[in-house]
Amino acid sequence: MGKRSVIPFGPQHPVLPEPVHLDLAVEDEKVVKAIPQIGFIHRGLEKLTETHDYQNYVYVAERICGICSFGHSLGYCETIEQMMDVDVPMRAQKIRVMLHEISRIQSHLLWLGLTADAFGFESLFMHVWRLRENVLDIFEMTTGGRVILSINKVGGLVRDISDDVLSQVESKLVSLKDEYQQIEKTFLSNSSVKSRTVGVGVISHDQAENLGMVGPFARASHVNNDVRCLGIGGYRLLSDFVPILDTTGDCYGRIRVRCKEVVQSIDIALEMIRSLSSGSVSVDVKGPIPDGAQAVNLLEQPRGECFYYSLGNGTQYLERMRMRTPSSENLAGMVAALQGCDLADVNMIILTIDPCISCTER
Amino acid sequence: MGMFELGGMTLKWLFHKPATKQYPQVQVPPYPGRRGHIENDIQTCILCSRCVKGCPADALEVDRKNRTWSINLYRCIQCENCVRVCPTHSLTMSEELAGPTTHISAIVHTKPEDTSKKKVSKNDSSKQS
Repeated sequence: MGKRSVIPFGPQHPVLPEPVHLDLAVEDEKVVKAIPQIGFIHRGLEKLTETHDYQNYVYVAERICGICSFGHSLGYCETIEQMMDVDVPMRAQKIRVMLHEISRIQSHLLWLGLTADAFGFESLFMHVWRLRENVLDIFEMTTGGRVILSINKVGGLVRDISDDVLSQVESKLVSLKDEYQQIEKTFLSNSSVKSRTVGVGVISHDQAENLGMVGPFARASHVNNDVRCLGIGGYRLLSDFVPILDTTGDCYGRIRVRCKEVVQSIDIALEMIRSLSSGSVSVDVKGPIPDGAQAVNLLEQPRGECFYYSLGNGTQYLERMRMRTPSSENLAGMVAALQGCDLADVNMIILTIDPCISCTER
Repeated sequence: MGMFELGGMTLKWLFHKPATKQYPQVQVPPYPGRRGHIENDIQTCILCSRCVKGCPADALEVDRKNRTWSINLYRCIQCENCVRVCPTHSLTMSEELAGPTTHISAIVHTKPEDTSKKKVSKNDSSKQS
């Protein structure tokens, strides 16, 4: 047995887009224990519901995280709509699902690019991010913003998307799918990708269940916890949804799940565009939230299940807003995956779990 | 297998037009409806402060005494909420991005005095006396 020592990892590290600190206890080149530490970017966004009008808080909610910004505004709006018994028009629900799936595409493409960069595959990284720019163009065309979309409001959407723009989005998505599938083949069949990822950071099915893991991280260990299957909100309109699962539970399995989810999300977005009917996209919501009204909501974010809870107090402000984000669920799984791995694989394992620290700390 | 396809794609892009634009030498035309920056037509503005209440970022300020409307572009998050609540449609969202500046300062618009109303009020006061 070698001498045990502790290597600090982060909060600033090239592989980490956001700050998280890990104390890695190592023996020779093996990690025997990883102790995470968070709290570098806590902003107290849940507390802000006490001082921001519930309608204006949408703009705060979507700034919880830059990558899943649309998801957070959607989750928040759906929660408030449940509390106030608001029926959102069908067209708005479908556009919301479409935009959420496109934002999942951009999040997964960003992640795939970062992963390629982490194992030193620069050309793959650039191709993936080139494709992601097309997705950001779709956002700019439809909502006016590239990252922060600001299109959701309590009661629907703030602007409609014309049929002309929707047909452009459709053709962009079809061409994106063709081009993406060539890149996907490289990810899934390239020997240098496999040599870095196969059998690394394995989490078994039982471990994934016991640690309460969510999202693609859990689905790679064959745990079906995809909230889209429950048909909450606009997702009940999907004709056929089969979650993507993998049995390997290693880094390669996580890459494969996310790669396939991109194609699945393109198909869902195309289905929503093709089934859109004309009509209004919002209803007026006025007045305070009833005292004591409560609501819970679940949303499948790109990183997994996000839980929302809100409580009204009879004013324009919320008594309590709680968001349990997927990355905070996955931190326990990350620590388990790091146990016993090689020191050189630490960055690969952390990346494939895709922790979003902004979401975690809020 | 995938490597050959990626190699082909990379070779194609070697002879292709670059995917990126050489900004600022090459300007990218904005998509219709892009949220660039807020503009105010101060002539039609009635300084009602609804935009101030609707602003989630506290970027706007209205001083009715000095007849000024000001926006701090460094605080503004381009959410377009003020445009939607404006009763006179004096606020608009421009598609152009706000230009670069060398120092942080608010943009202040001063509403000119309404001379016609003033005359009426003078007449009114003279009648009363």
